[in-house]
Amino acid sequence: MSLAPAPQMPGLPAPAARRRGIGRARLDPASLVWIGAAAILAFLVLAPVLRLTAASFQSADTGGFTVANYLAAYASERRLVALGTSLLYAVAVTAVAIGFAVPIAWAIARTDMPLKGVIRATILGAFITPPYLGAIGWILLAGPNAGWINLAWMRLTGAQAGIVNVYTFGGLVFVTALYAFPYVFVFTTDALDRVSTEMEEAANILGARPLRTIFRITLPLVLPAILGGAIVVFLDTVALFGTPAIIALPARINIATLQLWQFFEFPVRAEEAAAYAVPLIAVTVAMFALQRLILGRKGYVALTGKGGGRQLVQLGALRWAALAFCLLICAFSVFLPFAALAQAAFSKAWGLGFSLGNLTLDNFRYLFAEASNRQTILNTFSYAAGTACLSVGLALIVAYVVSRRLVRGGAILTALCMVPLVIPGIVLAIGFYAVYAPPPLALYGTAAILILGYSTRFLPIAYVNCLAGLRALNPEMEEAVRILGGSQLRAVGSVVVPLLKKGLVGSWLLVFIPATRELSTAIFLVTAKTRVVSTMILDLSENGNFELLAALGFFLLGVTVLIVLAGYRLLGRDFMLRRS
Amino acid sequence: MREATRTVERKPRHEAPATTEPRLALEAVTCAFGSVTAVDGLDLRIMPGEFISLLGPSGCGKTTTLRMIAGFVKPTGGRILMDGTPISSASSSLPPERRQMSMIFQSYAVWPNMTVAENVAFGLRLRRLDRAVIAQKVEEVLTTVQLRHLAERYPAELSGGQQQRVALARAIVIQPRVLLLDEPLSNLDANLREEMRFEIRRLHDAFHFTTVYVTHDQGEAMVTSDRIAVMNRGRIEQIDAPYTLYTRPRTRFVAGFIGRTNFLEGACGDGSGPVAFSGFALPRAAFEDGGRGLRGTKLFSVRPESILLHRGAPAADRGCAVPGRLVERAFLGSSWDYVVAPGGGPLRLRVAAPPAQIFDIGDDVRIEFDPRQMVAVT
Ligand SMILES: Nc1ncnc2c1ncn2[C@@H]1O[C@H](COP(=O)(O)OP(=O)(O)OP(=O)(O)O)[C@@H](O)[C@H]1O
Ligand SMILES: [Mg+2]
Repeated sequence: MSLAPAPQMPGLPAPAARRRGIGRARLDPASLVWIGAAAILAFLVLAPVLRLTAASFQSADTGGFTVANYLAAYASERRLVALGTSLLYAVAVTAVAIGFAVPIAWAIARTDMPLKGVIRATILGAFITPPYLGAIGWILLAGPNAGWINLAWMRLTGAQAGIVNVYTFGGLVFVTALYAFPYVFVFTTDALDRVSTEMEEAANILGARPLRTIFRITLPLVLPAILGGAIVVFLDTVALFGTPAIIALPARINIATLQLWQFFEFPVRAEEAAAYAVPLIAVTVAMFALQRLILGRKGYVALTGKGGGRQLVQLGALRWAALAFCLLICAFSVFLPFAALAQAAFSKAWGLGFSLGNLTLDNFRYLFAEASNRQTILNTFSYAAGTACLSVGLALIVAYVVSRRLVRGGAILTALCMVPLVIPGIVLAIGFYAVYAPPPLALYGTAAILILGYSTRFLPIAYVNCLAGLRALNPEMEEAVRILGGSQLRAVGSVVVPLLKKGLVGSWLLVFIPATRELSTAIFLVTAKTRVVSTMILDLSENGNFELLAALGFFLLGVTVLIVLAGYRLLGRDFMLRRS
Repeated sequence: MREATRTVERKPRHEAPATTEPRLALEAVTCAFGSVTAVDGLDLRIMPGEFISLLGPSGCGKTTTLRMIAGFVKPTGGRILMDGTPISSASSSLPPERRQMSMIFQSYAVWPNMTVAENVAFGLRLRRLDRAVIAQKVEEVLTTVQLRHLAERYPAELSGGQQQRVALARAIVIQPRVLLLDEPLSNLDANLREEMRFEIRRLHDAFHFTTVYVTHDQGEAMVTSDRIAVMNRGRIEQIDAPYTLYTRPRTRFVAGFIGRTNFLEGACGDGSGPVAFSGFALPRAAFEDGGRGLRGTKLFSVRPESILLHRGAPAADRGCAVPGRLVERAFLGSSWDYVVAPGGGPLRLRVAAPPAQIFDIGDDVRIEFDPRQMVAVT
């Protein structure tokens, strides 16, 4: 057989692209890539953070070391109260979100409630709705006099004043919770799906009533997951800027993120802002550590994987009550605000109400006719696409280096990638501004500053996803390439990327979607030329132009829904509501 | 052990003259991960065309040794030479892609994004061969592993055994200088495993690749190998042809790891007189080499199948048959597994007897030893 070589002589040439000899220290292309990526990473993440920290200890006039910024930042009672209000706000939103999410999660995972698909889809809708858009919907619904709910109430009862007012602390909490609860929902359903029903059945066999089983067995088992979701909500709320800017500002409720923004009104006190941001970061770091602690103790999920046939709790007539509750929350978070937004989007003036004469497509026409609007939309999607490419590319390289232990200090690289998670977007944006705006970079007013800022902000999402994908990939696949004569880069190109294709597309979408609506980073970095949809919406809301705003919001949502649907087709149904 | 007899009939197939340089030489190779020393001063020389197995219990350092040869792991001490050229040492290591080896992984590592033919052609493409040459070689090798009809399938559409063959074809088609296999059969079911070990040996007989085969299954090692290196705690305890290894184990570990055996302590005295065991004694002259080297207290390994059982005194008794009683038995199908107590003492010996030789528990038996097959181990 012609394959057989002469016994001593290898019958084939050595692989192409080889170099001779060992021992010569050399930088092959692969190492250059890793080193470059690590350098970019360090720059993206460390520079803003260090600059911010340094600024907080720097005198604005002399540039010397000082603690005066800290003294000044907390000098007024108003600012201290704002910090307290922020915490109270976050705690309240978390509590309300748990109240919304846990019953729905249980009803969907464990009972025979009808219409589960509709509820799930609506919660996904709430999940992908930018919170500030929902907040504007609620202004239309529950504005003190003109809001639809108040109008309906006055008409029905003949009362002189409405009954709900969104411009209150309660209103702020309620509206925020409506778009935050899906986090808790995702965590809780995920855990409920994992808890073996045998645990519950064991309790039933011993004579426990269904209700007792829920409270004594099921809830304690999924409690860590609920807490995990709750902490995400808490972190999100503490750092939230959009909803407070739209609701709390007019309501004269001061919270920390708004206060941070005010430091940048004339006269700009960036150093004080930096000092003021520190407790916010401290809180997020602490909560993040707590979450790690809770979710890290794996004990509770070790309750075996997905069981086979699950015995659903028969609710009887109560299932209509359960459905009513779910539908009510869905109505509050999606149906009602969207109806209000839709009315505004197709109206000449939303206050004129539902009449044929008020109907128009002008808002949409104007949206696309005006060149600056078209530019804004184009900006938004191109920045988001650039961000998704940059952060997924960077995350893939770093995750590869870490998961394959190519360098020491993988833990440090991982930490660098995750740091943006614990820094509120608005604080991060201040850091970007401080690093990128002044010379030598002088990026202020360019697309680059937004893409770099967004990429840093969403790096953790991309990183976590890439790392999970790589961990699931057997390294032997790559070693097989190497031993046959392929380089490391070759292994990545012909095996890792093709095999991770789906996961990479998923990560790309999971960055792209939030990047299209990012507000808190954008607010400090945009100029007229680089305006994006989120900042345009904020401007329109300040000007009270809710009709154009609603049209823009619908357009953004429509695009998002299309993308999510494409993701579903491509990646399977659970790609967004997966816990990661 | 049936396989042991089979291997002895085979001539060593590497035709290399004794003076040739080894294809691979491992010199005092050490590999430590932090405080764990996975491989500890290991020496090994593998001649061109030779088939060597690394056999040992889990965690003894087989995979680490193999991965050092492949270049995936750098030794922390010692060095590895291929054809006289250093390829690995603590200070530098030739990357795997430049060693012209190939490897078959425990997980097969067949790339699911490529068809069978693409998988096999991969290494050839890297070598910049002509399209036509590649196509021809791929076809030949797929014929050899009986997969030609599946060339256009994707790995997900293949059975475990077929994937294993793809991995084999992919590894041999590039005519590697050294072929490495890390427990390639451990994911297959028992029947297929049996079949594949002969397949691997057959391919070796056809192509004479220098092969290092890692396994913890002694049957596999015996069928396939020219020599077996038995590893324990990062060191090689003994390296020998399968027959020698089985019949002349040098250490207690090797004797116990390869096949089943009885260990009994014998008092050999100052070099003369019978060798005394617990409850009986055997004439010194009956031992290998007249028992000349036996002094002091020795530990003997006695294979269950080297002991014969009789109802009465055997026909030709050379003083090696001692009375005893049968205390336990189990029928294994191809043999009886008896436990006997020689001389009524506390010693228990395991004996393998043919199925037709039936004893009951409590029977008085004669236990006939063959001292030539009793090996003193350390
Ligand atoms: N990357 C590593 N880091 C730390 N310790 C390791 C590493 N790789 C192997 N070891 C340790 O080195 C020892 C030898 O491991 P190795 O994988 O070589 O064993 P093995 O003989 O192949 O075992 P098995 O039959 O189970 O595959 C083990 O104790 C293992 O825990
Ligand atoms: Mg191993």
